[in-house]
Amino acid sequence: MTTTQPSTTPPASEAQGNRIPWQRLALWATVIFTVFFSLGPPIWELLTSIKTNAAITADSVVYLPAFDQFTAEHYIQLFTRNRFHIYILNSLFVAIVSTVLCLGIGSPAAYALARLQIPGERIVLTGVMGVTLFPYILLFLGLLRLVQFAGLANNYLALIIPYTAINMPLTILVMRSFFQQLPKDLEDSAKVDGYNVVQMLWQIILPMTLPALVTTGILAFIFAWNEFIFALTFITRESMKTIPVAAAQLGGTSLFEVPYGPLAAATIIGTLPLVLLVLFFQRKIVQGLTAGSVKG
Amino acid sequence: MSTLELKNLTKAYSRQVVPVKELNLNVEKNEFLTLVGPSGCGKSTILRMIAGLEQVTDGEILINGRNVNPLPPKERNIAMVFQSYALYPHMTVYENIASGLKLRKMPAGEIQKRIQDASQVLGLDALMDRRPSKLSGGQRQRVALGRALVREPDAFLLDEPLSNLDALLREQVRADLKQIFERQKSPVVYVTHDQTEAMTLSTKVAVLSDGYLQQLGAPNDIYKTPANKFVAGFIGSPQMNLIDVEQVGGAVLLGDFKIHLPAAAQSERTVVLGIRPEHVRLPEDGDTQTIRGNVFLVENLGMSDLVSLRVHGDENLVIRALIPADATWEREDLELALPLQSIHWFRTETGARIE
Repeated sequence: MTTTQPSTTPPASEAQGNRIPWQRLALWATVIFTVFFSLGPPIWELLTSIKTNAAITADSVVYLPAFDQFTAEHYIQLFTRNRFHIYILNSLFVAIVSTVLCLGIGSPAAYALARLQIPGERIVLTGVMGVTLFPYILLFLGLLRLVQFAGLANNYLALIIPYTAINMPLTILVMRSFFQQLPKDLEDSAKVDGYNVVQMLWQIILPMTLPALVTTGILAFIFAWNEFIFALTFITRESMKTIPVAAAQLGGTSLFEVPYGPLAAATIIGTLPLVLLVLFFQRKIVQGLTAGSVKG
Repeated sequence: MSTLELKNLTKAYSRQVVPVKELNLNVEKNEFLTLVGPSGCGKSTILRMIAGLEQVTDGEILINGRNVNPLPPKERNIAMVFQSYALYPHMTVYENIASGLKLRKMPAGEIQKRIQDASQVLGLDALMDRRPSKLSGGQRQRVALGRALVREPDAFLLDEPLSNLDALLREQVRADLKQIFERQKSPVVYVTHDQTEAMTLSTKVAVLSDGYLQQLGAPNDIYKTPANKFVAGFIGSPQMNLIDVEQVGGAVLLGDFKIHLPAAAQSERTVVLGIRPEHVRLPEDGDTQTIRGNVFLVENLGMSDLVSLRVHGDENLVIRALIPADATWEREDLELALPLQSIHWFRTETGARIE
């Protein structure tokens, strides 16, 4: 290293080039491991759903199906024999209606709790928090009696009302903390500018609240979309079932046949809307989750 | 013509918390009134009551002779600039400025014209399509001003509009503000805790403390003849020397030195002597009222030195003086003159001025 001749490459970079960048290697190894670890099951489901039955049950496990082992038969079967489009529509209807209700009722409540000096505000908030403490499986028996009593069995309301109620505390708490960090000056300024209350909420507050609405909305939607026990119990009519129940009840031609292919296809179909939803609203979700922690 | 009048205005949150007490004020057209006072003196509450954002507990607010107490903010035809600027983050600068006019169903041509005028005055032309988040503090400030100006309201309300700007920018915007508001006629009410802003901008200053109006007058009058000890101490920088003294045979003693007491104050046993540091000077021929002491602190303000002096005869008695930077003087046993005409006298108990 102690050469006096002017060297074309500086000695420092030479030394660096020889060294193995352990840190970066370790980082990437960890990243790749984590990605595979998390995505492993879904990828396996995806591969299973597009393999022929023979490839699924082959004695030496087929990881990547060869060209002639690809098939769409599982998906076709879901939509022809099992009429999955009906379940998708059922799930969509229940999830969308309960999400909209949740935001529509929860956001105004959250706004009132954030802005108005309501006497007993703490008690209300504690009550809202308290609801979330119950393991929701414990609510189940009571709800069953209520559903029977109200005659709501085989009625979408039997799902929509509990889903809305269960998501309400989350909506109220998240939206309240979001409203609290919206500057009050903005609302005052809008009032002086000439907005009435409805215009102010609609044209000033709502656009600024979108990220939080999208975030809580997606969480509520995912819960309603994935919920199983209520859907299994309160709805028995075949044409009204939701995706999780329908997927679980997929049966083979005989008692001993497990229909791996259609099950995997149903899983993929059931997950796809959520993945698309999250991808589509990704930026808004990040904004919503970080709102309040960092000042805009 | 446009006027704003406050009659016996009172705001009470509870029996104990009364931020504004029986305030009477009058702002004529072309007038620029500044409400100034320490934080918590009720000045922002007054502004918010005029805007209609706070309920009035008692008294009346009259705009052009019309009682606006029962009216919501949007029907009062006032414009307000907030400390935080309160620009709508999801609208462009143009939409921000236009929003108030659109809500009032103003024809599009008129909106365009008003915004063009305001944008020329404020130099906003290049910013019209930007969102507030892409603007600097000074630019946001100008947009907020523009939004108020285009409204051509019956009164302008400004709530500490400069306090979020850095010192250099503040001075520049202050000068801009003065020119902008001199060009229009509607009364302006400006709230600040910065007495420099109050002095430089206003045609009239209202000094508030504890919910009460302490003094109302032109900036010069308030500086020259403060109505009481509070105003004397609040207006003027560096702060006025205020010293509690006892009368000894028609004079008062500052340490070892006698200061002549005016006739009006002769009946008082104790009084408060006030003199501004800029009026305490090095003695000249013919000065009779002088004191001597040792300097223990010199603060260089550039143009002059702020000198703190312990007066001979009383270790606790400190007098501060502004001495031009080019003058020569000794730290030990310095003699300073207190010109009689510059001394203010206040009653000990009430703090009221003795003429």
